[in-house]
Amino acid sequence: MKKKFPLTPILFLLPSVFFLAVFIYIPLVQNFYNSFFDFNVFSNSKEFVGLAQIKKLFQDDIVMVSIMNNFKYAIISVIFQIFFALILASILEDKLFRKVAPTLRVIYFIPVMISISVIALLFSFIYNPQMGLLNSFLELVGLDTWARPWLGDSTSAIYSVIAMSQWQSIGLITMLFIVAIQKIPNELYEAADIDGAGRIRKFFSVTLPQVKETMFVNLLITVTGSILVFNEPFILTNGGPGNSSMTLAVHMYQTGFSRDNMGYASTIATLTFLLSAIFALIQIKVSKTGKED
Amino acid sequence: MKENINSKQYSNSRQKEPKSAKIQTRIFKYSTLIGLGIFALIILYPLFWMLISSFKSYEEIYSDVWNLPGTWNFSNYTLAWEQGIQNYFINSLYVTGFAILITVTIGSMAAFTLSRYHNRWIDIALLFIIGGLMMNPQVALIPLFEILTFFNLIDTRWALILTYVAYRLPLTIILIRAFFLTVPKELSESALLDGCSEFGIYRRIYLPLSIPVVVTTVILNAFFAWNEFLFATVFINSSDLKTIPSGLMVFRDALRTDWGVLLSGMVIASIPMIILLIFLQKYLVRGLAEGSVKG
Repeated sequence: MKKKFPLTPILFLLPSVFFLAVFIYIPLVQNFYNSFFDFNVFSNSKEFVGLAQIKKLFQDDIVMVSIMNNFKYAIISVIFQIFFALILASILEDKLFRKVAPTLRVIYFIPVMISISVIALLFSFIYNPQMGLLNSFLELVGLDTWARPWLGDSTSAIYSVIAMSQWQSIGLITMLFIVAIQKIPNELYEAADIDGAGRIRKFFSVTLPQVKETMFVNLLITVTGSILVFNEPFILTNGGPGNSSMTLAVHMYQTGFSRDNMGYASTIATLTFLLSAIFALIQIKVSKTGKED
Repeated sequence: MKENINSKQYSNSRQKEPKSAKIQTRIFKYSTLIGLGIFALIILYPLFWMLISSFKSYEEIYSDVWNLPGTWNFSNYTLAWEQGIQNYFINSLYVTGFAILITVTIGSMAAFTLSRYHNRWIDIALLFIIGGLMMNPQVALIPLFEILTFFNLIDTRWALILTYVAYRLPLTIILIRAFFLTVPKELSESALLDGCSEFGIYRRIYLPLSIPVVVTTVILNAFFAWNEFLFATVFINSSDLKTIPSGLMVFRDALRTDWGVLLSGMVIASIPMIILLIFLQKYLVRGLAEGSVKG
């Protein structure tokens, strides 16, 4: 085997394999291993505690709150980013809007390009109870009673964070749907035209079946993204007020880096990984079944 | 704005529709246009607000949310730049530049091997690399922190560069490999006959032919590295070494009420990526689409 196989290709492959091994695979294994230990950042030794951390996981109320928030995130994101984005994409691809579509596509996509810290800081201005755009707008249209400290109120905090995510990400999913719709052979629409199908009919019998694969992929991007979400709640609320807008990743970060309980933080990370891996596996299955090669 | 993605061309079979349907279409068209316009406004207005408020003084932002600034304080921008953004900007350029350079170089090398050779080991290597897509930075945070501490890399720019490279390699390799697979075999065979080495085939044939996909991966990686927040927050402590996304957080805490200056910093942070979007939309969109489906 060595004889037939020149050295260069192996050398070509090595750096990448090294990077993935050291920074992706070893951390993953290490994380599982850490879940059974108790340690902090500067401790030299890790104390083996068996299943104690896992037991703690089940008694931790914040974990329950976090999972609920992650699920809220997932459900609302699916509604906006799958259903709404698909409708938006098919409208933008409709010949009626050919003139405005290119401009609108770019406009809707701008927030995707902007760093999450800029977006989150901007939204902390928007949600500001005294001078925030949202409350000022409500006052302007005579809905003062709806005004509230959006991020400071434990009932609205998580929804305010989720709303910001929708604002930022909808352009991305819309764009992915647009690319998928553009790949649909034109003949299908022409045939539907000849059959006298209306706009809604064409959406359900041509567009929808043809973008099914993209829809599954987008669905799973959105759901795994929601399970792993960190930046948005971390910057806007840091999980508060109380723990009302906590997510698993923020809880993990706070446990590990603020409370210096690295072992238990690893256990939370393992739980997060398992939850997201289930969805990622489905995604790979789905994207494979749709491919001809 | 460039029209890079062509809208679908439909046949003109609609000409024969009856009058009532025509009116219906028109109602649909204008009501939808209004909806699209409102949505565009919801997206654009906050960004517009960020831009105009970045020229305001604190008092003006606080007391007069809607109006244009009375006096345009361009000094907010010079202040923001001098008080830290300059530093963060340079760090971001440094980290993004090196991360792209390393990712694309070693990624394209790996893609070369993975597209030209086929045996059991190559299949395993491919699986190993594709599997990397499933791993998420959030989950690996604590072990990565330990590993970087072990190598004495915490609180250096290389902590970010190396981890960005690792997490961007799988997608980069998959995208470049897919392109390399389309390079005709005859080209490399005739080059081999002419005495070209394997490295020569990679350098002189595969790379030059693959400029479009290389540009796509460069843009995708630039977009990632420029905006990455989690690693930038956790692995870097000194304010001098922070990149823009994490630096803005320091900026917020340091400035307290100097909102105009903070907003200027936010605008500066966003400009490079918006320029990227406007000029390289085609590559960016293609990359995101392929990346998501293959991921």
